[in-house]
Amino acid sequence: MSRQITTVQALNEAIKLAMRADERVIVMGEDVVGGTGLPHLEEQNIEAVGGAFRVTKGCSVEFGRERVLDTPISENTIVGTGVGAAITGLRPIVEVMFNDFLGYCLDAVMNQAAKFRYMYGGKANVPLVVRMPFGAGYGAGAQHSQTLYSMVTSVPGLKVVVPSSPYDAKGLLLAAVEDNDPVIFFESISLYGLKGEVPEGYYTIPLGKAEIKRAGSDVTIVAIGNMVQRALQAAEQLAAKGIDAEVVDPRTLSPLDEDTILASVEKTNRLVIVDESNPRCSAAADIAAIVQEKAFDNLDAPIKRVNAPHTPVPFSKPLEDLYTPSAENIIRAVAEVVNDESIIPV
Amino acid sequence: MSNTQTQQTQANILSAEKTRWIYRKMVEIRKFEEAVIKGTRNGSLGPFAHTSDGQEAVAVGTCAHLNEKDYITSTHRGHGHSIAKGGDLNTLMAEMAGKATGCDKGKGGSLHLADLTKGNIGANGVVGGGLPIACGAGLTAKLTKSGAVTVAFFGDGANNQGVFHEALNLAAIWKLPVVFVCENNKYGEYTWNGYATAATKISDRAAGYNIPGKTINGNDVVEVYQTVGEAIERARNGEGPSLIECETFRIQGHGISDPQIYKTEEEKQLHLTDEECIKKFKSYVTKHQLLSDKEMSEIDQSIEDTVEKALQFAINSPYPDAKELYTDVYVSY
Ligand SMILES: Cc1ncc(C[n+]2csc(CCOP(=O)(O)OP(=O)(O)O)c2C)c(N)n1
Ligand SMILES: [Mg+2]
Repeated sequence: MSRQITTVQALNEAIKLAMRADERVIVMGEDVVGGTGLPHLEEQNIEAVGGAFRVTKGCSVEFGRERVLDTPISENTIVGTGVGAAITGLRPIVEVMFNDFLGYCLDAVMNQAAKFRYMYGGKANVPLVVRMPFGAGYGAGAQHSQTLYSMVTSVPGLKVVVPSSPYDAKGLLLAAVEDNDPVIFFESISLYGLKGEVPEGYYTIPLGKAEIKRAGSDVTIVAIGNMVQRALQAAEQLAAKGIDAEVVDPRTLSPLDEDTILASVEKTNRLVIVDESNPRCSAAADIAAIVQEKAFDNLDAPIKRVNAPHTPVPFSKPLEDLYTPSAENIIRAVAEVVNDESIIPV
Repeated sequence: MSNTQTQQTQANILSAEKTRWIYRKMVEIRKFEEAVIKGTRNGSLGPFAHTSDGQEAVAVGTCAHLNEKDYITSTHRGHGHSIAKGGDLNTLMAEMAGKATGCDKGKGGSLHLADLTKGNIGANGVVGGGLPIACGAGLTAKLTKSGAVTVAFFGDGANNQGVFHEALNLAAIWKLPVVFVCENNKYGEYTWNGYATAATKISDRAAGYNIPGKTINGNDVVEVYQTVGEAIERARNGEGPSLIECETFRIQGHGISDPQIYKTEEEKQLHLTDEECIKKFKSYVTKHQLLSDKEMSEIDQSIEDTVEKALQFAINSPYPDAKELYTDVYVSY
């Protein structure tokens, strides 16, 4: 098992496996095929793009344009259509090109998908997956770089997934498609090109199960999405300074695997949470609140959060670099909770 | 009208001053976009840009009627709109590089060029995002009786957003002084408008909102000037909004690295034909003896220099200070 593929390829593989396994699975979104309706492409079954980030590449070629649908630019109706199709028997995977466009489709997500089952007394299932890329770091500015999973996590009725590696991306996406609840699947743009080991076959990773990405005994670092990779880098640097960090990846924010996080804190007695969201009402704030409520006696130091600042994402490269939590920011936070400034790189 | 009469009327459409202004702005945009493509490729500007080369006639023919008190809302393909609305090439280019001297202090980038002092309420990274904002600017103009007109530029792709329909309806029932100018370049990213839009013409949508709707050749700056001019006049006179669909094409792909496999060979060659907007205007001014070849090449040369200076200005300007990350989030907090 040594095949290395990128996160984009892993997601692509998951979508194809899901579509092969269950013909109710369909894909919809802007440019998920590209060029639909153009005779010179359709006659030869050529797609113009296969998704803005190529995640659905080849899907229309294999499964046809009835199951892989280019949509007009109409986010609210694209996701809303996904909700309706899910309720009535399909299992749609909807792509929203950037999570920032939640602005247009939040009604479908928050008022329709999330509420349907509850407000109709448990009669309906909404087996819908809405995939959306997120995150800063590539010069796209304030309306294409946000990290909005925290906002969505606060809505009951939605499941929220944020993978941190190609392996997890594939297994979690397949689990999301199998799941009978609406799942909002956040894909870190900065991980799209990351390569990792991924088995070829069908496998799922259960929603609601965290993973310890690196075992350690001195401090727990809970990190989300691409921040897991930053936390692992920080942990390597910390190891060289004699600090043994444990990196915990919740993998899904809703449901949240509190047990794994609490068990880790019980062992290390110190907690840093790394989250690319803006700090207020963030996943980091939420996890910090849970841990201090349930494990206050296990804490030897105040919990430290590492978030992006309370600002929109700036375009200018040096400002954007400052905006995104770095390995150095993580090390500084760890230095505070272990009360050892000597570990901060100079 | 006889042929000679038509020709005379045609020749009188544009004053000498307007003719020069239009020619200058179209070439300014084209050269600016060429510099943006170069600067993006070699890394001296930001990593992406959606350029508007090929579509200059729409921005210029429209903004030729607007004064500094009038507003525009623009799109992700907004460099041309910003320039046509009086934007300064140096600060626009510096913004593209994320520099402190940029029109948004480097915080916005190519997707978010704005200059409120010139009535440019801003380019928008969200497709359709500017349409309701244009209604808001129209409402201000109406309530304050400022006489200002707002032009909302948007692409064919945006006409399938809910906000497009909501904005047209609202502008119609409140008779807002707003003109909706659609740049129909046939594609929204890699999706063909012929597939994505149920209406035969985007301007047909106007009928549903009981406002005038017209489809014109958006490569013909004179036609844009005339048709949008009438709509602007109508809006200024308190008669409400109009929808003008300008059929045009983008020379580049959606972004700079798009291989454009969705375009036919013929479409890929369009910029070499007489439909290319600058060429079209050149033959118009020549035919009507409005500008000589010499005058045009002098203008070309001076723009060449201005744009090169703008690029150098952008490259040589400093990045914003680190503390700028935290400023401008609120007025007070
Ligand atoms: C709400 C929203 N959805 C999707 C996108 C991604 N996107 C950027 S430009 C674009 C195509 C827009 O097409 P059109 O309106 O025709 O403008 P053009 O690019 O052709 O000028 C898309 C889908 C976006 N920026 N905003
Ligand atoms: Mg278009």
